[in-house]
Amino acid sequence: MSKRQVYYSNFWEEVAEEDNPFATKEAYCHGYNVYGEILQKATWFEYIYVMFKGEKPTEQQAKLFEKLAIALANPGPREASVRAAMNGGVSKAAHASSLMCALAVGAGQYGGSHEVYLVMQMFKECTTDIVAWEKALLKPADCSFSDIWLPIEHVPGFDPNGVSTPSVLLAILDEMVSCSSKDSSLYWLKENRASLEKIASYPMSISLIACAAFYDLGFDEHQASMLYLILRLPGAAVHALEQRDLGWKKFPFFADAIQLSNDPGDKGLPVLEGLNL
Amino acid sequence: MSTKNLLAAEDKLETSMGKAFLKERVVMRGQDLHHDLSDMDWFATHLFSITGRRFTANQLELLNYIWSSTGYPDASIWPNNTAALAGSVRSTASLAMAAGLINSEATLFGGRPLKRTQDFFLRAKEMREKGMSVQEIVEGEISARKVIFGYGRPLASIDERVPHTLKKVRELGFGEGACVKLCLEINDYLIETRKIAMNIVALDGAIGADFGFTPEEFHLYMNLCFYSGQPPCYLDAVNRAEGSFFPIRCESIVYSGIERRTW
Repeated sequence: MSKRQVYYSNFWEEVAEEDNPFATKEAYCHGYNVYGEILQKATWFEYIYVMFKGEKPTEQQAKLFEKLAIALANPGPREASVRAAMNGGVSKAAHASSLMCALAVGAGQYGGSHEVYLVMQMFKECTTDIVAWEKALLKPADCSFSDIWLPIEHVPGFDPNGVSTPSVLLAILDEMVSCSSKDSSLYWLKENRASLEKIASYPMSISLIACAAFYDLGFDEHQASMLYLILRLPGAAVHALEQRDLGWKKFPFFADAIQLSNDPGDKGLPVLEGLNL
Repeated sequence: MSTKNLLAAEDKLETSMGKAFLKERVVMRGQDLHHDLSDMDWFATHLFSITGRRFTANQLELLNYIWSSTGYPDASIWPNNTAALAGSVRSTASLAMAAGLINSEATLFGGRPLKRTQDFFLRAKEMREKGMSVQEIVEGEISARKVIFGYGRPLASIDERVPHTLKKVRELGFGEGACVKLCLEINDYLIETRKIAMNIVALDGAIGADFGFTPEEFHLYMNLCFYSGQPPCYLDAVNRAEGSFFPIRCESIVYSGIERRTW
């Protein structure tokens, strides 16, 4: 018999039932009894915050976290990760397929979780120093070597296809600022949004607001990326389910829009004796 | 600040990559799939779809060997472990394979080291052609990036794939490739100076550079290299009792966090 393999954890502990070493009698998250106390007393956001951060959020932090979750919950059916999920839904693939599609596409650098990862690094490096932000935003992407992530093609946190700051983003920022103190990154972002957009030459995107909130909540770039992926899944799920019910006849199929620049032309099908088509 | 890129692309995609004229024909990179490419097996077609190039028979044999010699049906290897877990809980075959596959685009192994290594050899080849020594190339890379992917295996630990693959490389006539030779020279240098040796990633990356892949093409080509190890692990788990793939008892979570406390 080989050595028993174990997982190490500094936040999760389980106690087994006396009659079954594989059944959980009690579970503890950062020392709190999950099913004996958290389940009865905590909100979902308090529990998730504890899980990630190890400590209970203040009332203000829990409120801000929930506001962020509402802001991110549904990017809408035009957004790439939701469209990918809807491809799974309309084709009646497994539900997990829809969410895996949403996660894979929603991981991207244009509006996805890897952009959040990059912007979080800037918040860590620049905090609320506008001069440092200017330097960071204008720093060209390092193209001297290749990585699984391609060199970013736009200023992270800003929308290269934008014209002016969308009203919904201004509404989100206002609401988030109302849950924040004057020394917060969100407050600083509201005060400096116009300057930052001028430096970047583009309007901000939601990833910038989300990162300010993640930073104020004390999350690092890895935690923020994970949460951004998780918090955008509800909309992907519901849109996928909706398209599953609406059916493929009401779903876009772009075949006519694709034009070949190197079409070799129709070379015909084989004509075979005994095959009626 | 402009919407011109979006407006120009709305309901319009001009491409040379391909199109399915359903009920009639399919074009891949300017070639009729059923007429012009019908002599290719799936592997060659896959490489054509990535690169737009037709590889020679010997190149295809070596690229095929890299895949077939890398798919280990061992359920302890992380992508296979993921596929087996999916089997153990009776998830679907495709979900299991997709989960395992994305598990291999990792940093400790797989996707990132492979792409970074092939990219290094493309750059190292240029540096060599400009007259730089192996020492200058290696020390420059370590100084700039802190690491050279593909090297770092302790001397006592042999990567069994290296001699098998190098034998194949030489048998098929690619032993004199600039990057294959360079990867061995770098191996000698690192053994001498740092007591570390190459693993298969160095040789794979060197072959990819000698064969003229761009880093993005090489990334896409290597994407499936671990795949063939996954189905046996999934099927093995499916054929066992539900949930019985290396079950973990509660006490096998070794907790080292803070003491229990009240909410």
